Amino acid sequence: MEHIELFFKSIFIDNMVFATFLGMCSYLAVSKKVTTAVGLGAAVIFVLAITVPLNWLLDQYLLQPGALAWIDDSTNGEGFSGMDLSFLSFIMFIATIATMVQLVEIVVEKFSPSLYNSLGIFLPLIAVNCAILGGSLFMQSREIPSLGLATTYGVGSGIGWFLAILAIAAIREKIRYSNVPAPLRGLGITFIITGLMAIGFMSFGGMLTGGDEEVKEEKTVLVQKEEIEAKKSITSEEEQKEELANNTLKEEE
Amino acid sequence: MGLLSKKDSKLILDPLADDNPITIQVLGICSALAITAELKASIVMAISVLFVLGIGNVVISLMRNIIPSKIRIIVQLVVVAALVIIVDLVLKAFAYELSKTLSVFVGLIITNCIIMGRFEAFALANSPWRSFLDGIGNAAGYGVILIIVGFFRELLGSGTLLGFPVLGNPIPGELSGLYALGYENNGFMLLSPMALIVVGIIIWIQRSRNKALIED
Repeated sequence: MEHIELFFKSIFIDNMVFATFLGMCSYLAVSKKVTTAVGLGAAVIFVLAITVPLNWLLDQYLLQPGALAWIDDSTNGEGFSGMDLSFLSFIMFIATIATMVQLVEIVVEKFSPSLYNSLGIFLPLIAVNCAILGGSLFMQSREIPSLGLATTYGVGSGIGWFLAILAIAAIREKIRYSNVPAPLRGLGITFIITGLMAIGFMSFGGMLTGGDEEVKEEKTVLVQKEEIEAKKSITSEEEQKEELANNTLKEEE
Repeated sequence: MGLLSKKDSKLILDPLADDNPITIQVLGICSALAITAELKASIVMAISVLFVLGIGNVVISLMRNIIPSKIRIIVQLVVVAALVIIVDLVLKAFAYELSKTLSVFVGLIITNCIIMGRFEAFALANSPWRSFLDGIGNAAGYGVILIIVGFFRELLGSGTLLGFPVLGNPIPGELSGLYALGYENNGFMLLSPMALIVVGIIIWIQRSRNKALIED
């Protein structure tokens, strides 16, 4: 159940393109024809399905605060359990991704030269596709609890991205025959269509929880903002009342 | 501009309008859209990219003759990742609230296409000084769009700029400014799809002013 929920959530509700705008560059650049879009989408699913679990393992056993505890043995008193290597996560994640992309490139070149030629420059650019690194970073910041769930999340996000690029490519193939105002042709209209599609995808927000969750999230954001503003106003009142105390506060800050 | 020759100043000024990284080159869209609900976040993001792209272009340009071309992407990624880690740690130290708002998008500067795009297209073939100017110019062009989008989304979405209420007081009971006349904030501007549409409109305006940019 957990897996199914996360799977659909990552495809529709947290869709890479429509909810977080990840991978927009290749999404815009490669979506002129459906066939190339399918190829790139498939490559993204594949790379995400491998890198997210891989980076989950890295995060869990190397990078998190206290993750190195498994190195400690009982005979040695002082150990690695206190170490926090999380500042290295960007470099570790991107290195994993770059290696995997290189691998995918070799495999595709070997088994499907036509796909390799049509993807052209964009295959190496998967390494710098925000969707791939974004998948790993969201996996880290959302604290996905198990390896299985991380894999589900990777595959789900990949499929979400695939759906998005497939949809926009199909629309762009048709829109070529429409009478779009000249300055909007090409890039401009693609942006606006994507915006409208994103509005459509927002309606998936209530799919799993009957609409409660989305509302809650927005509310908490609002509450946090209000809290921050309230704090600011309190400090400004204090400024007027107690200048001395506030000076020390400022120094501390 | 005594310091810069005409050619050099073109490097900085071109990306601001007619060769803008976002609206013309279509690079670096992801972060441009996701964090522009607030003007402050947009400005910080613009400065971060300015730093990373300026320094990164110089570093890559200095190393351009010793990087084997087969592994250049990995080398570039390592350089960017190191610079982004610096930005991330500085933000966490001096602007913690803001770094929470930006969340993963600071990390995503690494895969910002502008950076890789400029490394590939410019820094690998030009001298450090010219690469530096190109980096600054492109990052500024990116920042300009970010700030325009952030300005309109925050102004129309929450009626504030940089957190200060500029359209009056919206709290019921003590209404003032525009709100006293019945104005309402358009909360839709704060949601992500509107970022796309705002950028679409910017492209529309820019291209109808300069017909040479129109695509067939």
